[in-house]
Amino acid sequence: MSRRSWPFVLGGLLIALLLAGVVSNYASAHPDGLDSSLLKGCTVNAEGEITGGSCPAQKSQRHELSDSPLADYGVRGISNGFLSTGLSGVLGVLLTFALGGGLFWLARRRGPAPAGASAAPGGGPAGTDRPASRAGSAG
Amino acid sequence: MHISNGIIDGPVAAIFGALALAVLTFCVLRGRRDLDDRLAPMAGLVAAFIFAVQMLNFPIFTAGVSGHLLGGVLAALLVGPWVGALCVAVVLIVQALVFGDGGVAMLGLNITNMAIIGTAAGYLLIALLLRVLPRTNAGLAITAFVSALVSVVVASQGFVLEYWLGGTTDLGGNLAGLAGTMAGVHLLIGIGEGLITATTVVTVAKVRPDLVYALRARRPVAPAAPTVPVAGGAR
Repeated sequence: MSRRSWPFVLGGLLIALLLAGVVSNYASAHPDGLDSSLLKGCTVNAEGEITGGSCPAQKSQRHELSDSPLADYGVRGISNGFLSTGLSGVLGVLLTFALGGGLFWLARRRGPAPAGASAAPGGGPAGTDRPASRAGSAG
Repeated sequence: MHISNGIIDGPVAAIFGALALAVLTFCVLRGRRDLDDRLAPMAGLVAAFIFAVQMLNFPIFTAGVSGHLLGGVLAALLVGPWVGALCVAVVLIVQALVFGDGGVAMLGLNITNMAIIGTAAGYLLIALLLRVLPRTNAGLAITAFVSALVSVVVASQGFVLEYWLGGTTDLGGNLAGLAGTMAGVHLLIGIGEGLITATTVVTVAKVRPDLVYALRARRPVAPAAPTVPVAGGAR
């Protein structure tokens, strides 16, 4: 019950880094289910740009941040495709873990578990009121 | 299933942005009950893992089309529906703001489809199937596979609804055609989602069953506890 989760989390993180850093290079480059459905009725060139016809995606626009250094899962300035994709994946996993893990850590519940499903109104454990702080602010 | 800019018009995108923000806020409030010192790092891992696996587009039978994990059901099984939806949302935010994947203006729509609808639809099935199926790893695998598959198809129909409300190109009344295409393709992608979800969850259940949120529900199934009538407790 009270086993720590950190060793498992570090192991899982290594697997995620391996998937995003190496295996990602073997992913399919075809458009995904949504993009391909939206292109039905249009003709596209080798770069995937719409050249004619009528389809739900015909008014699609550029991404706001298409010039970002990691746009399209590559690192700008690295010409080796394998390295570029892999490095962007590694950075993405670390960034997602830092952002997600950090926010979840900050938002986590401290103190004892709420009894059952209904948390006591007022939340925190009793007796945390510090008279000293009140005295300080009064002065 | 990331929507690019210009596919859905601005007002509808903004409405779904507000909707997504409201639901995610509720998820934070409700999810805090689940988030303790052990679940928080696990939730960070789930988000990072989903990011990694979303990069791994797999080909489906139809020529020239790929699919990738959405992750809502995987997250719901491992860290619960509330925190799980937040995990997927974190992934989508990183993808939109850093990797140029999914328009920033479309973020509310993408969060609605993949983080909220996908997780909610999946979790309803998870709750049902875990009650009906045997409490074994096989039962867990079937639960994961079916819930993940269905959640992808339902999420794809979320997009169809949004396109009906604010699609930028007139389909000439052929919304049903788009709905059918989306459902068909995502049924195939859903098989991949189901296989990845089942494999991952069963692997975690074998290594550290205590870290699988969905298995916590196994415990209270003690043989019929003595039923004490509670005043006003009837539903």
